[in-house]
Amino acid sequence: MNEISPPLALLAELTHRCPLQCPYCSNPLNLERGSGELTTAEWQRAIDEAAALGILQIHFSGGEPTVRRDLEALVRHAHDANLYTNLITAGVMLDAERIGSLVEAGLDHVQLSFQDSEPVGGDRIGGFKGGHAKKIEVARLIRAAGLPLTLNLVVHRQNLHHLEDLIAMAVELDAHRMEIAHVQYYGWAFKNRAALMPTRTQLEQATAVVTAARERLKGKVVIDYVVPDYYARRPKSCMGGWGRQFLNISPTGKVLPCHAAESVTTLSFDSVRQRPLGDIWRNSEAFNRYRGTDWMPEPCHSCDRREIDWGGCRCQAFAILGDAGATDPACGLSPFHDRLVHLAEQDAAGETPEFVYRRIGAG
Amino acid sequence: MSERAVIDESSTPRLARGARLQFDQHRDRWIVQAPERLFVLDPIALEIVQRCDGAVSVGAMVDELAAKYNAPRDVILRDVSALLQDFADKGVMTT
Repeated sequence: MNEISPPLALLAELTHRCPLQCPYCSNPLNLERGSGELTTAEWQRAIDEAAALGILQIHFSGGEPTVRRDLEALVRHAHDANLYTNLITAGVMLDAERIGSLVEAGLDHVQLSFQDSEPVGGDRIGGFKGGHAKKIEVARLIRAAGLPLTLNLVVHRQNLHHLEDLIAMAVELDAHRMEIAHVQYYGWAFKNRAALMPTRTQLEQATAVVTAARERLKGKVVIDYVVPDYYARRPKSCMGGWGRQFLNISPTGKVLPCHAAESVTTLSFDSVRQRPLGDIWRNSEAFNRYRGTDWMPEPCHSCDRREIDWGGCRCQAFAILGDAGATDPACGLSPFHDRLVHLAEQDAAGETPEFVYRRIGAG
Repeated sequence: MSERAVIDESSTPRLARGARLQFDQHRDRWIVQAPERLFVLDPIALEIVQRCDGAVSVGAMVDELAAKYNAPRDVILRDVSALLQDFADKGVMTT
């Protein structure tokens, strides 16, 4: 039975433009150009349609969402629709005035990314000189404005040795929450896998550091932790299930079940420019293809975890096996699990190649 | 860094900045929204959270709820404290 419930959250990717060039960027390799982006009015209509469909939260992301001068207008529009508004930003284009106008527009929360705990690594990984220092300054401005702050800390083999320092930095910057996320290997990160993949020992050490920090900081800072699924025994519940809780709108208006879904090249996606959002959510081919449990192959279909992890990640099944309808190979029950583990061990044991930085044309 | 908020009878809790109590009309339920979190409130939790305005003390809240539900005060105090401490540790409630 594929029951269709209303989505909880919308990830609004306002633009793919970004001053940073992180080699694990979650945007697709084929970056959309500024000239094709939705207009302010088109975004406002999409927000109205999403609110009518039942979403409760909107995440303004990108690329770098503050590149759009109409960000305040969109935050205000979402706030007026009674949505919980969250800004996911690299921060380097913010100043006190802009933060003030976002607060005034009704922004509820900010997630600010850091690439490392110190400027040399931070600027190198982000591909943006002076970025780290600017982020420190912006974190303080966000807190001074009274906004709750989450630090987004993506970790991998080139910054994991600084994990303790990253946690200390989040505490020092008075963050309420930090999201320590191991790189997930799609798009740019998949391309840069050999430069990013940690060893199993690095992962175990990181998990121990996080466990100890959680105990130490209980009630003071919330720590969310995302492990890399290449070393997992069971897959993640990707997006809480395909077409179940979450939708994503790309800068040009494509409606996606997750931000990486375009990597599944066997699917095509509708645009809010052509079709009402509610109709896309309920009736489109792309959303219905992997919704619920009916589509599942074995070992998923008879698995007692089928409504816990929903078969794992479709993009990963496609990236590794060329079949988005296969069991996520991150699952130990997948007949191809060994293939994934082998890739991880091979990458982690090899030389560290140069990054392929995220920029238009490099993918 | 902020210190851990410890809830006792004299505390006057309120929702932290970034946490919001609202009715979810599409799903007919009360929720608290917080960064990347959504808490669904049962009727008892709603009774408690609705009273958290930063002025009413936990003790006064417990008196009121004990009277309203004709229940032993110590039981109510235990339940209210547990819920508020849990919310405080999750950064949703502050004192």
